[in-house]
Amino acid sequence: MRRLGGVGLLLLLLALPWMINPYAISTVTRILVIGLLAISVNLLTGVTGLPTLGQSAYFGIGAYTGAIVSTTLTAVGPAQMLLAALAAGVAAAVTGPVAMRARGVSFLMITLAIGEIAYVAARRLDITHGTDGYAGIPPVVPLPGLPALRLDGLVYYYVLGGFLLVFGLVMLLLRSPFGLALRGLRDNESRLRAVGYPTSTFGVAIYCIAGAIAGVAGSLWTSTQQFVAPGDMGFSVAALALLAVVIGGLGSMWGSVVGAGLVVLTQDYIGGYLAGYGMLLLGVLFVLVVYLLPRGIAGLPLPRRVSA
Amino acid sequence: MLDWFDANLVTMVDGVAYGLLLFTLAVGLSLIFGMMDVLNLAHGTLYLIGAYAAYALSDGSWTGLLIALLVGVLAGVAGGGVLAALTQPLAQRGHLDQALLTLGIAFIASDIFSKIFGSEVLPISVPSQVAGSITVFGQVYPVYRLLFIAIAGGLAVMVYLLFERSSLGALVRATVADRDMVRASGVDTRIVMFGVFAFGAALAALGGVLGAPILAPGPSVDETVLVLSLVVVVVGGLGSVTGALLGALLIGQVQTLGVALMPVYAPFLIFGAMLLVLAWRPQGLMSLVARA
Amino acid sequence: MTPALELEGVSQHFGSLRALDGVSFSVAPGSRHAVIGPNGAGKSTLFALIAGARAATAGRVLVDGHDVTELPEHRRVQAGVVRTFQHSSLFLKCTALENVVLAAQRKAGLSWSMFRPLSRRTDLIEAAHELLERVDLLDRRAEDAGSLSHGERRQLEMAVALACRPRLLLLDEPAAGLSPRETGRLGQVVRELPHDVTVMLVEHDLDLVFDLADTVTVLHLGQHLVTGTPSEVRASDEVQTAYLGAGDSSDLFLEGAP
Repeated sequence: MRRLGGVGLLLLLLALPWMINPYAISTVTRILVIGLLAISVNLLTGVTGLPTLGQSAYFGIGAYTGAIVSTTLTAVGPAQMLLAALAAGVAAAVTGPVAMRARGVSFLMITLAIGEIAYVAARRLDITHGTDGYAGIPPVVPLPGLPALRLDGLVYYYVLGGFLLVFGLVMLLLRSPFGLALRGLRDNESRLRAVGYPTSTFGVAIYCIAGAIAGVAGSLWTSTQQFVAPGDMGFSVAALALLAVVIGGLGSMWGSVVGAGLVVLTQDYIGGYLAGYGMLLLGVLFVLVVYLLPRGIAGLPLPRRVSA
Repeated sequence: MLDWFDANLVTMVDGVAYGLLLFTLAVGLSLIFGMMDVLNLAHGTLYLIGAYAAYALSDGSWTGLLIALLVGVLAGVAGGGVLAALTQPLAQRGHLDQALLTLGIAFIASDIFSKIFGSEVLPISVPSQVAGSITVFGQVYPVYRLLFIAIAGGLAVMVYLLFERSSLGALVRATVADRDMVRASGVDTRIVMFGVFAFGAALAALGGVLGAPILAPGPSVDETVLVLSLVVVVVGGLGSVTGALLGALLIGQVQTLGVALMPVYAPFLIFGAMLLVLAWRPQGLMSLVARA
Repeated sequence: MTPALELEGVSQHFGSLRALDGVSFSVAPGSRHAVIGPNGAGKSTLFALIAGARAATAGRVLVDGHDVTELPEHRRVQAGVVRTFQHSSLFLKCTALENVVLAAQRKAGLSWSMFRPLSRRTDLIEAAHELLERVDLLDRRAEDAGSLSHGERRQLEMAVALACRPRLLLLDEPAAGLSPRETGRLGQVVRELPHDVTVMLVEHDLDLVFDLADTVTVLHLGQHLVTGTPSEVRASDEVQTAYLGAGDSSDLFLEGAP
């Protein structure tokens, strides 16, 4: 039954550009990108039990890497994605051990600091063009030899491709022995140590993987927007990603994407109608979700059983 | 050596001022978490309450400043009460939910503040007697900063004595270390916890009123204050007043002296400082609570 | 013959509090070695130290002749030191099967595998099934550990520990809170363990202790009092004196300790 639903959804996603207008398609593209960022947060927070407000840092590193690569090396998308994943992964490898010195709230605080520091760095460094933002990004080339993508619908397909690839890999990860170890870390870290796991090492490993995923999301963002600014990696981005995960239900990957959709749409449409009240609305959304959806959408009693 | 000190003295004193400001903000956060296990991400909002009160009421006279202090602190306590009440139902639900809730409240408050006060960083008027600069040991220095150091320093000493040397402080420390044991000995720990929450909020708001001339109110200032407070708390260790003081002074110096000496690396200095401290002592400079 | 475990002057101080003070004794390979003593004697601390969950303030811990004092907890598991916990410590949101598999997959060297689904590792799952069968939990394997009864959780603790292929198994009050029937079952599982596994047991249920153990160590106030066969310990004057402070010693070896 779930298989059928999944296939149906895939077909819908593939047919989408023929069904809705270019503005709507670019919104869906953004939802996919933020969804990927939310998935990276979910891997840490929902699956491994490490709450984070710092994934925006690696998202930003990926975005700026994509920008720099596109203007200096190559406009080929997959190359940008790969280098973005690498840069973000390395940054995560450097910062991960610091964060893994702590757990719970302290861990959250450290990730917040990391995100904030990355944001300040983006504003101050020359290589990111500071507060002006990084412009002049050429349209992405999906594969070497193919023409650059200029239509919103085609960019959507490129992003969808990247999204599905990462989503698939994450699903494999979750069903693997490593995935089970992550859930063990979440449930009872000291017991995990007592059955022979070097828990901090596993923590750093998933931290790097999540960082790399955020980096890929970042490069996809750059390809969509063709512009990167420090605000794209600020604190509110991290907070929104976390909100998306909580809305969707901790541990549920499809929930995170749905949550991302809700967050993006809220910001865009409703925030547009109630201009200037974006922050207020988001705050209200946070409060409502915490009180009304203790286990997110995935935790709601639905006809079929849902799991990560 | 002496020349270097001479050249950088003003900055270092600036660092002490900044550090003491961070202390008034961070100590509340540290105690609130250490005590109630509540992660309060609306802490920066409490600072803004005080800072905006200073903007609105401090008109350059001493009376104005005092009124601002009174109103600011009371508003801060009220804000703290609201936060405590709203997080109470989530007591069993874990830190993530509290984080999101208080974050949501911070967003709402931030929006409201912008509507009322606009989105510019606002200048604060201080009483004319302390508005200028004086020359101390050959260096020109703003009088208000020195006054602030004196007041905040006195506050720090008072908080330290209250916390470490009084029986009330002993009760608070015991509750942080082992809440169940204290409850078992007949003390209503909820009163203690609410009291600490109110105290922490009052201090943050107080820091806002007094510190506004140094760190003026505006949008995203609450975010800055929150992050710096969190770094101080992580570096100092949760639930410890001495730790908060040491951490605050360290971060204060990093933020001022570090930035003055190595402006290119400015954003990374705090991270580096945090990293070094954690590498040396994972529980923070002075950890009272032995949490995993 | 090299002792399975050798403790040399092991101490654990918390400031002025001495949880353990200069404890030395050895455990013969293949033996069933119980550690008893009044509350506060330091028994659980001892196990935590042997397993590496806490670092000793002084002294050495040798397993199979190798000094493991500096080894962190997860490395000692590799060396074969596995413990169960006094208060069941399980992965509550994972199924009983997953709890056992977590331990087994580590032992099998598969824990870093990220791409092949766990469900395809049939030999691993079979081995986990076999262990669950041994503790009578096979039909509960799909239940979350959090929804198991107390007795079932104790059994799961045992299965998880056995999945780590222990050479030195530390059982910390395994019978706590169990009914007589469940305790009997537990005793049987322990008796069925192969003789290349050395078993150490901390227990208050002295019936179980004298039923299973071939050697008994008595701790008192963090210090080693005596180590010997059950009858030697029962007859020892020192032990009588130590327990005397807690009540009538003649009852002590009939019911659980005070």
